[in-house]
Amino acid sequence: MSLHEFLAAAEAIEREGVATIDAADSFEAIDAARNELLSRRNGRLTELMRQLPSIPEAERRHAGAAINRVKETLGSALDARRDAVGTRAPAAPAIDLSMPARERWHGARHPVTLVIEEIEAIFGELGFTIATGPEAELEWYNFGALNFPPDHPAMDMHDTLYLEGAGDGGLLRTHTSPVQVRTLQTYDPPIRILAPGNVYRRDFFDASHAPMFAQIEGMAVDEGVSFVDLKATLTHFANRFFGEVPTRFRPSYFPFTEPSAEMDVACRICGGSGCASCKGTGWMEILGSGMMHPGVLEAAGLDSERYTGWAFGMGPARIAMLRYQIPDIRLLYDSDVRFLEQFAT
Amino acid sequence: MNASHEWLAAFLPGAHLSVEEMRDIITARCCTVDEVVRLREDLSEVVIGRVVEAAPHPDSDHLWVTRVDAGLPNGELLDVVCGAPNVRAGATYPFAPAGSTLPGGLKLEKRKIRGAVSNGMLCSARELGLGQDHEGILELRTSAPPGTPLLSAIAVGDARLVIDVTPNRPDLLSHVGLARELGAAVGVVPRLPQLPSSGSATDTGGNGAGVTPRAVESRERAATGGVDVSVVDADYCPRYMGVVLRGVTVAPSPEWLVKRLTAIGSRPINNVVDITNYVLHELGQPMHAFDAARLSGPAIIVRRARAGERLVTLDGVERTLDESMTVIADAERAQAIAGVIGGGDSEVTERTTDVFLEVAQFHPAGVRRARRALGVSTDASYRFERGVDGELQSLALARAVEMLVSIAGAHVEGAPVDIERMPRERHRVGLRPSRVSRLLGVEVRAGEIEKLLRPVGYEIEARSDDRLTVVIPSWRPDVTAEVDLVEEVARLRGYDSFPAELRAFRPGTVPDSPVELITRRVRERLVATGLLETRPMPFVRGAPQGFARVANPLAENEAYLRREILDTLARRAEYNFTQMQRDVRLFEIGSVFFPSGDALPSEELHAAALVTGGRRPPHWTEVRPPDYDEWDAKGLAAELASVAFPDAPVELRAARGAELEGGVLWQVVVDGKERGAVRRVTLDAPVWASPVYGVELSLLAIPSRPVAPRGKRLRAAPPAHAASTARTAGGTGRAVRYRMLPSTPASDFDIALLVPNDLSASRVEEVIRRSAGELLERLTLFDEYRGEGVPAGLRSLAWRLTFRHPERTLRDKEIAGRRQKLLRTLEGELGVRQRTT
Repeated sequence: MSLHEFLAAAEAIEREGVATIDAADSFEAIDAARNELLSRRNGRLTELMRQLPSIPEAERRHAGAAINRVKETLGSALDARRDAVGTRAPAAPAIDLSMPARERWHGARHPVTLVIEEIEAIFGELGFTIATGPEAELEWYNFGALNFPPDHPAMDMHDTLYLEGAGDGGLLRTHTSPVQVRTLQTYDPPIRILAPGNVYRRDFFDASHAPMFAQIEGMAVDEGVSFVDLKATLTHFANRFFGEVPTRFRPSYFPFTEPSAEMDVACRICGGSGCASCKGTGWMEILGSGMMHPGVLEAAGLDSERYTGWAFGMGPARIAMLRYQIPDIRLLYDSDVRFLEQFAT
Repeated sequence: MNASHEWLAAFLPGAHLSVEEMRDIITARCCTVDEVVRLREDLSEVVIGRVVEAAPHPDSDHLWVTRVDAGLPNGELLDVVCGAPNVRAGATYPFAPAGSTLPGGLKLEKRKIRGAVSNGMLCSARELGLGQDHEGILELRTSAPPGTPLLSAIAVGDARLVIDVTPNRPDLLSHVGLARELGAAVGVVPRLPQLPSSGSATDTGGNGAGVTPRAVESRERAATGGVDVSVVDADYCPRYMGVVLRGVTVAPSPEWLVKRLTAIGSRPINNVVDITNYVLHELGQPMHAFDAARLSGPAIIVRRARAGERLVTLDGVERTLDESMTVIADAERAQAIAGVIGGGDSEVTERTTDVFLEVAQFHPAGVRRARRALGVSTDASYRFERGVDGELQSLALARAVEMLVSIAGAHVEGAPVDIERMPRERHRVGLRPSRVSRLLGVEVRAGEIEKLLRPVGYEIEARSDDRLTVVIPSWRPDVTAEVDLVEEVARLRGYDSFPAELRAFRPGTVPDSPVELITRRVRERLVATGLLETRPMPFVRGAPQGFARVANPLAENEAYLRREILDTLARRAEYNFTQMQRDVRLFEIGSVFFPSGDALPSEELHAAALVTGGRRPPHWTEVRPPDYDEWDAKGLAAELASVAFPDAPVELRAARGAELEGGVLWQVVVDGKERGAVRRVTLDAPVWASPVYGVELSLLAIPSRPVAPRGKRLRAAPPAHAASTARTAGGTGRAVRYRMLPSTPASDFDIALLVPNDLSASRVEEVIRRSAGELLERLTLFDEYRGEGVPAGLRSLAWRLTFRHPERTLRDKEIAGRRQKLLRTLEGELGVRQRTT
């Protein structure tokens, strides 16, 4: 076949092909036209392409270009025709796209977990890692190592649930502070940890008390750690957690810290002017803290002249209640799905 | 501790501290003032009013028509009719506007008085309960603008400070102790107030020395006023003072004393009891008045109680004592439990004329043990168990005697006795300014320390290079070590004085706990799966065998600790059913406990999930979403286990026999070890509930043995840092390694087999995997069918097998060959044939 004949054939396919396509008035007819013209097995253009080897080699590039051009023309004609047929096709039954989507159940973290995770994130930036310990604890870790004097009124703040059969020494921990001692006995300073966990008190279950609740503890021990570090770190935390708020530190007492301090932030309800929630003081207590008592460091086998430290503890449930305006602590334990679903994110 | 503002102010002449100032000082330097209660809240609606004009009432010869500025907006004046002769323009008076309520409950209304409108009332002292004066209205000397509430403009009525005194500060359980701290803050030396009705007070400077003879000192035994006093149990009673007063007239207390006691919320009883209460709150010294006529002997013996000895105490309860307790006895029997509560028999009554007054110091821990054993707490025991100043007794005794003489008409019979086994000495504590600076983080010099400590009673005895020897005041038994003084310096300097300045720190050596890492990972996944996290309590109904028990539970039906979280979640699901919630999907990650003989219960971290009701929320495309079934639970278990144990093989082993009857469907086997189960949960469910499925998985053991003995540290290397695991396992999941994507096409075919009902699908899969060869890429069971065309006792199971050769396309012939071989093996080994219909 000569190039001339080849080009003439290509032109014929183009001309007749476009006419066939334009005549097609259904998707079936368009598909039939595509097959007739472009099918890889026996389409007219494919048949013509098979003649390419018979074209003298010098002219073959020319012939190939012609084939491509025709293919392109037919391709766009087919697309255009498909669009044209599509738009004037009889309307399919209308879909009301405003109908609601199919949803999945949403999971949620417990509000107390949300608070704990946020606290962990802020202290995590300051190099604190997470330590844990058992809830069924030895009396020595819960009280003895933490400098609690026996038969002292300080014990009144820790009405304890004791465990049967575990000798005299078994109890449900009344605070997360035993983790301080366990960690100090295991690792060398510098130590910067947070210890979240459940603690137990022999308190009857009512709107504001529960016999088990979450606590989160923090501790930093190294050479040269001071009260200024305590104040700075906890103030930084308050500003991150609550937004820029006025804070104040007040003297307090815990057997395992000295000096001891409680931190308040300006009342979240009245902003500091005084209201019923803060009993007119303008402040809300957020956490207890202090420099670690040398006796605690020594109980854990550390030289308290060389190392100093500070620690704090707070109740994420109380903060969750404040933050989410939960009026009754029992809601945190009931596990009503309608309550828990509100914390889905 | 309740304190009265007026009472404290009486200690600090010239200081003029408002109750708010006192609150702020005490909170900043000592301990927290929880609340300030104004005792004249009934005056809260009365404001300052200034009379702008005053003219005689046209229709009356004694009334005035005035125009009063009560601070209304735009300077609006109110017409007020007034009958007081002393009303004059330009003066200010208490004004009760119409609509307000006066003390006593009179509600004022706008009304006409002889034709003139009156919008309220200018008040006299008597109308406001501020005194008896009713001669005219109360003219005020105040610069407060009109409209200011009367309570904030002038000192009207007392206010009560409710103070949360920490257990280490017994010195703050008295007005003198609080006044000492307040005085130090403002530079005023506190002084014991003079007693209003005491004629002798002026002669004695208010310390009662004038009426109380000098005490007779003794080591263990002495007599006063005919009463023989001996201290047998000197360990429990380091100091005992007593005195006899005769000719006492028991009567109601004078008004000023009643007012003091009511201001702090203490109920007045009679003058003798009220005087002991007054001194207790003024000085912090508990004391007890016995009716001396009721004392057999007459004698007072401080001794151990006899086993089984009985005493009816002041609260009317008959108590049985034991030898661990110390009593105040007469010659025959116990008359009081020392430091805790008096006996009814020797109580002071209206008929009492002679009183034996006890002023003692008792052992703090001993008092605490006794009052706990007896289950009673009093103002006295509260102070003794925190530590009463051992130097206070003679002052307190003199103060009480002075009051009994002047108020109750008593006279002292003989010198008091003062029995003390050991000589008293103030203790000394060394303090290094360098240590203070190091702990507090700012430099504090010796001179500043002295200036801070002296005003609250510390004396600096010696001062050398970096060392102060500090003499501790007798009222601070809690200060025994250097660090206690560091705290004193910090609080007296003021916590506000330390900068909140973030300083450089070194990173810690402690890795994230494995409990935390696994909890985070599992929680993340369960939340993403649509489950709701719970944090309930681990107490369960339990049983004597197999459960760890609380020795002193709050309730008998919750005395045990759970072994399984599903036990807790089942109760929570029941709660949701009572709330008419059918779709429940809960999970918890928490501790469970197993009894362990004489040791602590062994504790494990578990994760559990419970699902029931609809598998997804209702949607308009279906009548009702399908309910959760066992296959959801099985999938949940597999997912949970592989998230918890990322690199371990997880198998769900079908339950058999007794397990099945117990509701277990599958055991969760991780790395060959049984770690949990999937089960159908039986609980108290309403008819409309759907089946409840639960998954429980043991994640980790939580060690609770001691790390090391007291004062010692772990010898072995500590657990590795999480960073090393983070590199291999991403810290939070499976160790992922990339595999090449396939470059060759896959080929697949389906087979449907007739499988007997008692042959498990997993067994068939096992054979298929073994005989299909290594090119089998995936095996999917996609259908189970029973019914037409399938003989009874059989079911049709259909699998799709996907093969791939890593380097080339598999030929049809190769696939067909595998299929033939597979079918032969299945028939040979299991007798399973292909389904042909």
